[in-house]
Amino acid sequence: MSTIAFAAIAILTLAAALAAATLQKLMHAALCFALMFVGISAFFFLLGAEFVGLVQIFVYIGAVAVLIVFTILLTRYDVSKVRGFNWSGVLVAIAVFAGLVWAITKTKSLPLAAPPIEPVTVHRIGELLMTNYVWPLQCVGVLLTAALIGALVLVMEEKN
Amino acid sequence: MTLSILLVVSAALFCIGLLAALSRRHAIFILIGIEMMLAAANINFIAFWRFGPQPAQPTGVMVAIFAIAIAAAEAAVGLAMVIAVYRHFRTTDVDQLDQLKG
Repeated sequence: MSTIAFAAIAILTLAAALAAATLQKLMHAALCFALMFVGISAFFFLLGAEFVGLVQIFVYIGAVAVLIVFTILLTRYDVSKVRGFNWSGVLVAIAVFAGLVWAITKTKSLPLAAPPIEPVTVHRIGELLMTNYVWPLQCVGVLLTAALIGALVLVMEEKN
Repeated sequence: MTLSILLVVSAALFCIGLLAALSRRHAIFILIGIEMMLAAANINFIAFWRFGPQPAQPTGVMVAIFAIAIAAAEAAVGLAMVIAVYRHFRTTDVDQLDQLKG
C-alpha cells in the first residue's frame, strides 16, 4: 500500500517538475509548479510530518504560485523571440544527478526501515517554537518583515 | 519505501530544478528552479528525520518549517526584482540584461 502510494506520488511529482522546467508557455509551467508542490506535500504526509505538508500547501500553492502567476501577468513575454534551450545546462544537471546517485548507492550505512514514532502534533511543534526555537522564530519574523519592506521598495515607482 | 529511494527522488527533483535554473533564459523560470531545489532539500530534511536514530525529537520538522519560511521570503523578493527589472529594461530575458548601468 505504502509502496504503491510512494511510486504514484514520486511519478506525479517528478513529471510535474519536468513539465514545469521545460514547458514553453509560462502559465502552464506555473500550474505544473503548483501540482509539483501537491506531490511534495503528499510525501510529507506519507512520512508522518502532517504539519509541514499543510504549511507547504498554504505557503506554496496559496501564496508563491499566486505570486508567480501575478508576475507572469504583469510582465509581457514574447514567445516568438524565444531562443533555443541551453543544452549545456542539461549536461550539468545529468552529471550532478549521476554523482548524487553514485554517492547514495555507495553509502552503506543508510537505515532501511523507519522506526515507529508518535505523531508530531501541532501542540508539540508550538511548544518547541516557544521554548527551544524562540530565537530562530524571532529571526524569521525579522527576515519576513525585511523581505516585505524590500519587495515593496523594489516595485515602487521610480521618480524621474 | 526506503531512505535511499527517497534520496534518489529528491536528488532527481534537485537536478530538474538545476536544469530549469541553468538552461532557461526567462527570469521566472530561474526562480521556479530555485524553489524546486529548496523543496528537494526539504524532502531530505524530513526523510533524514523520519529514518534517523532519534525521530522522537522533531528537529527535521522544525528545520523544514524554517526553510519554508525563508523560501517564501526569497520568492517574494525575487519576483519583486523581476518586476522592477522588467519595468526598467522591458524584458525578462536574463541574456539581455548585460549592463550594470541603469
